Order: sequence, then C-alpha cells, then structure tokens
Amino acid sequence: MKYTEEFRDARRVKELAADLCQITKNPWVIMEICGGQTHSFMHYGIDQLLPPQVELVHGPGCPVCVTPLEMIDKAIALASDPNFILASFGDMLRVPGSKGDLFSVRAAGGAVKVVYSPLDAVQLARQNPDKQVVFFAIGFETTTPPNALSIIQAEALGLKNFSLLVSQVRVPQAMEAILSSPANRVQGFLAAGHVCAIMGYWEYPPIAAKYHVPIAVTGFEPVDLLLGLIDVVKMLEAGETGVVNSYSRAVTEAGNQPAQAAIQRVFQPADRTWRGIGTIPMSGFSLRPEYAQYDAEKRFDIGHIQTREAEVCIAGKILQGVMKPPQCPAFGKECTPENPLGAPMVSNEGACSAYYRYRKGS
Amino acid sequence: MTADLSQGPVCPVPLSHRETIILGHGSGGKLTHELIRTIFGKWLSNPYLDQGDDSARLPMPDGQLSISTDAHVVKPLFFPGGDIGRLAVCGTVNDVAMLGAVPLYLTASFILEEGFAISDLDKIVQSMADAAREAGITIVAGDTKVVEKGKADGVYISTTGVGVIPNSRKMQISGSAAQEGDVILISGSLGDHGIAILSARNELAFEVALESDTAPLNGMIEALLEVAPDVHVLRDPTRGGLATTLIEIANQSKVDIAINEINIPVKEPVKAACEMLGFDPLYLANEGKLIIILPENQAQRAIEALRAHPYGRETSMIGRVSSAKDGSPEVTLLTPYGSTRMLTMLAGEILPRIC
Repeated sequence: MKYTEEFRDARRVKELAADLCQITKNPWVIMEICGGQTHSFMHYGIDQLLPPQVELVHGPGCPVCVTPLEMIDKAIALASDPNFILASFGDMLRVPGSKGDLFSVRAAGGAVKVVYSPLDAVQLARQNPDKQVVFFAIGFETTTPPNALSIIQAEALGLKNFSLLVSQVRVPQAMEAILSSPANRVQGFLAAGHVCAIMGYWEYPPIAAKYHVPIAVTGFEPVDLLLGLIDVVKMLEAGETGVVNSYSRAVTEAGNQPAQAAIQRVFQPADRTWRGIGTIPMSGFSLRPEYAQYDAEKRFDIGHIQTREAEVCIAGKILQGVMKPPQCPAFGKECTPENPLGAPMVSNEGACSAYYRYRKGS
Repeated sequence: MTADLSQGPVCPVPLSHRETIILGHGSGGKLTHELIRTIFGKWLSNPYLDQGDDSARLPMPDGQLSISTDAHVVKPLFFPGGDIGRLAVCGTVNDVAMLGAVPLYLTASFILEEGFAISDLDKIVQSMADAAREAGITIVAGDTKVVEKGKADGVYISTTGVGVIPNSRKMQISGSAAQEGDVILISGSLGDHGIAILSARNELAFEVALESDTAPLNGMIEALLEVAPDVHVLRDPTRGGLATTLIEIANQSKVDIAINEINIPVKEPVKAACEMLGFDPLYLANEGKLIIILPENQAQRAIEALRAHPYGRETSMIGRVSSAKDGSPEVTLLTPYGSTRMLTMLAGEILPRIC
C-alpha cells in the first residue's frame, strides 16, 4: 500500500536502527506522547531494535485513558435513561466507571451506539427525533475538529436533540504538566504526529525553550519512529534544545487551518481533569457559551456523581511516564484486558494494553 | 384513498401469504406445509428428506463419526461472496472436515422473523442447496419456527453436520496433535470475510472491492490428505482469526508456535481497511481458509496440492512448531525487522481506533 509500505521497509528500518545505535553515546529517557506510538513501538518490535541507552517512557496520549471517571459515570447515567441514545467511539465502552462500563449498560438494554465519527451521531439524531442523542466527545486535538463539525452540522440542520458530553484535552499543557512535575525523568519528546497534523507545532518551541528539552514531531510507522528518535537523540547528545519536524510528509508548522478554525468557532480552552493525573489548567476545551444548548452537562441534570477509583491501579503514574505497566502489582494478575481495573489496560492506545498484548508482562 | 367501485361492491378476499413470512408459517399447519413444499422441497429434495418422517433414516457409514453444530446470525444476510445460506452450510461442513472427515449429512433449523420476505428465504435456501452440492453433503432434516416481528433479525440458521472419518485415515487429526518440528501452512489471504462483512454493513464509510471467502473446504482437504497423509492439525480460522486459532492450537498441543509476518498473505483492500480502522488482519474472521500443521517432509507436496485447488492458490508456509520452552505455550510473530511480538487473544469485540 502506497505511503505506508515505504515507511515499513525492512532494510530502511534496520539501517536507521543502526544509525541510532551509532549516534547514541549517553543514556536518555525519551517519552512518546501518543499511545498510538506506544503501540507502534510494541507492535513492530521497534523497541527491541533500540540502543540500550535509550529508555522509552510512555506518555498520556491515550484518549480513553485520560477521560475522567466522573465523565464515564455521567455517560453511563445518560445511556441508562430510556429517553437517550449515547453514541461513542468503541474504545470507550469497555472503560470501567465507578460501577460497570458502557458495555454492561448496553447489555442491560441501554441505547449505546458505537460510531466511527461524530457525524454518524448527528445522523442518529436525525433518525431518532423522539430521543436525545448525546455523543461522548473525548480525545485530543485530533478528535476536536470533527466534534466541532458535528455541532456546526447539527446547528445547520436545526437539530434540537443532539448534544456533546465534552471531555476534550490538549497535548501541550499535558507536556508542561509532566515537565514541571518533581518526579519527571523525561529528557526529550516524540511529539504526537497526528495532533501536530491538526494543530501544527508552533505551540512547542516555547516549551522546548522553557524546559530545555528537544522535541521531534514524529509519525507512527517504524521508519517515522526511528527518524523521530534519531532527531531527538542528536539534539540530546549535542546538548541542544528545540523543535524539529521529523514527520514533514504530514505536518506543517501552522497545521490544518480549517480544522483549527472549526475548533475555535465551537470550543474554547478550559481547565480539564485528567484521569489519574488531576486538573491541569487550560488543558482542554469546552463548548463556547453560544453553543451551550449542545452541551449535555449544561442541558441535562445528570445528578451528583460519586466516583471511586480502583485503589491498586497506578494509571496516573503510568500516564505521566513515572512508572511502567509491569511495575504495577495488578498488571496481568487482577488487571487484564478482560477485566481492566484502569483505562490504560483497555484502550488500543493504552500503555498497559500494549505491554499485555505484545509482551504479556515480560 | 378512493375505492374503485366500478365493478360494484366486493367482498374482501383473504390475503394470500405468498410474499412474507407470518406466524402461521411456523404453526405446523397448512402454511408450514406449503412453505416446505414451495421452498425447502423445491431446492433440497432428496430421498432422505423426502421420507417425510420425524427423523431421517440413514445408512451407517464405515469409520468414526465427526459431528459439529453451528448457529449462524450474520448481518447483512446477503454479502459479496455469499449469504447466510452458503455460510450455514460451509461453516458446519468445514468444522466436520477439520478432523479429516468426509461430510455426509446436514440438518438445518430456521428461525424466521415474522414479515421476512419469502423471496429472500427462497434465495437463501437455493444458496444452501448449491453449497451442499459443492460440498457433496446431503441435507437430511430440517425445522422451521417463526417468531414475532422484532424478536429476531430476519433469519437465523442453525446447522448440524455429520461426517465419517474413514478407517483408512492414518493420523488422528486434532488441534492437540501439533508436534515439535512441524510446519504451518495457510491456504490463502486473511481477513477477506471480516472486512467484506463490515463493508457490506456500510460501516466502513468507504468502498472495498472485496468478496467474502465463504467456501466448503472438504474437497481441498481430500486432495491434501491424498499427498500428505501425516497431517497433524487442520483448523479453519473463523472468528478470532489466525492469531486466536493458533493460540488455541498451541494451548491444546502444549507447544510454542512462531510465525513469520512477511509470509502471511493479506490482500491490499484488507490491509487498507485495517489501516483505516486500526484492525489487525491476524484477528479478522475467515470462512474459507485452512490452517494445516504437518511434518516438514510432506510440506512441499502439500503446498503443491493446495495451490492446485481453486481455494488454495495462495497457500503459504507461515511458521513452525517448537516445544513449549517454559511450560506455557506461546505464539510469537517475527516482524520483517527481526524483532518479535507475542500474539495474545483479544478481549471482547474488535474495536476501531479513535484517532
């Protein structure tokens, strides 16, 4: 398949891995922000090709992992109401809330629909005028533009029965939270290529300068991952900081302007709580006041939600790169993909699930 | 609405129920008999079925019996490369054949939803007849029930197959018979059925030029066993795909399995769909593919025989069996980069990625 095969070419991957080994002289701790990159490293076994001095730690870039428990409980409450249809990305259904998950709500007769795009949820609202359709709007800057479009489309259609349960988060603020934590070990970043395809990378130079870290905008294929690592290690070895674009086939500095315009039209920056991490100022988006009628939290009385996390789960430390999945006492024992205690064991982008699926705890 | 009174007042004529299934079709009365005659009898007639007794009287074959049963609930009922009828026959024929048995007899029970189009049922039963003819299996008994509208999804078909494992078979073919040193073959590309079904459900939001691989595999197995009588394991990687099936075999046989990614055939449209959705072709369902595990010295002959068969043209050697190193059987995939990853069973449904 064109545009992927080239970036999975075995000879090129082996050459780049050899290059990386050659330029690496000192030990470095590098975080890949995005859970998609974590899975790529594990899926293709690229982590096995790295020089022993390079330690990868896995970042918070897993949409379902960072969605707070309270929001999941709210989604469950809405989905359990016969007047509602809750539409969601599939990954969200297995994430444990305080009691049960959306799969069990569906099994008990609740209307939970898996959609591939929020625009499908708008269609659901058109097809079910007697129901309130709520789309569970989670994720980073990658999911924000389509979620904004769903509101723009619902407005154009005059739909009164469509709204979003918003839990949108932003990458740069999370990077700052990690870097300013006293427990931080991260010395360089692979920035999330898909997020940068939308937002560009103009937000990163101030972070690189403030915290003296190199940042490489990095893609997801084996060649991309190695190109990003080579760029970061080169800067680390040279004592340099700054931002390089190692994913120039998809990312420009300014990013996707129409997508950013859609975000700005519908959303505004807001404080957000990250599951396992806590509240980070301005680390997410909420709907602008003029779109309050599409805000499920404002529109419906979801009631007081009491949340309780599994005590043993160390998801917060994993999402901040402070600990790794096999260091968790519950990993692969009480906590498995069939019976997850925390979200990172559920998601296709969760670090615990990546370790379990591809390494089985080794 | 204006009544046409040009011919004077008329009595309402009882509706003929020739177009859709109604509850009466499952009552056991006249409507049931009419349905049996006009649909099932038309396509499936044979001396055993036509006996008309409560069960079929069948000659006892020489050898051991292989029996399997399977319920089919596919959506949509008609998809590129097949339909629920073909699937209901092939699925059970293949399960029976995986022990090296020659499939002989099939029974089929239908759960029909009130309102189901009889013309669709006609197509489905015709398709079953075609698939049964291809597989050389005779449909010897059947049953029909009708449930109220909304209590089923069109039609569900449950089939049970009986086959005979001839006394001439040398090996006891079983998932627990894989041995150290065996090689692993796959008869063709992975994931065609899974992606064709998703595409037919219009769940992909893009078009895929792909047909399901639904097919009876017993003919190919017969050709295989003629040249490679020492086959240890035969399995069709249906739900859960190649990865799940190999894990099951590794556990049953208490062996390690290693497969090489570059030798695993996957069609371009399947790769593309998997890229878009974040699926892994190793976990997608197949309905016409065969995993063969056999001693290495018969592999070449086996590959030639399989490639000569229409359903095995893309047969490829994908891996090897070794003794379980630390007591817990493992399935490992070798990447094109020389690295490895473990294959584990998926938890629950396959879910598309978010971004």
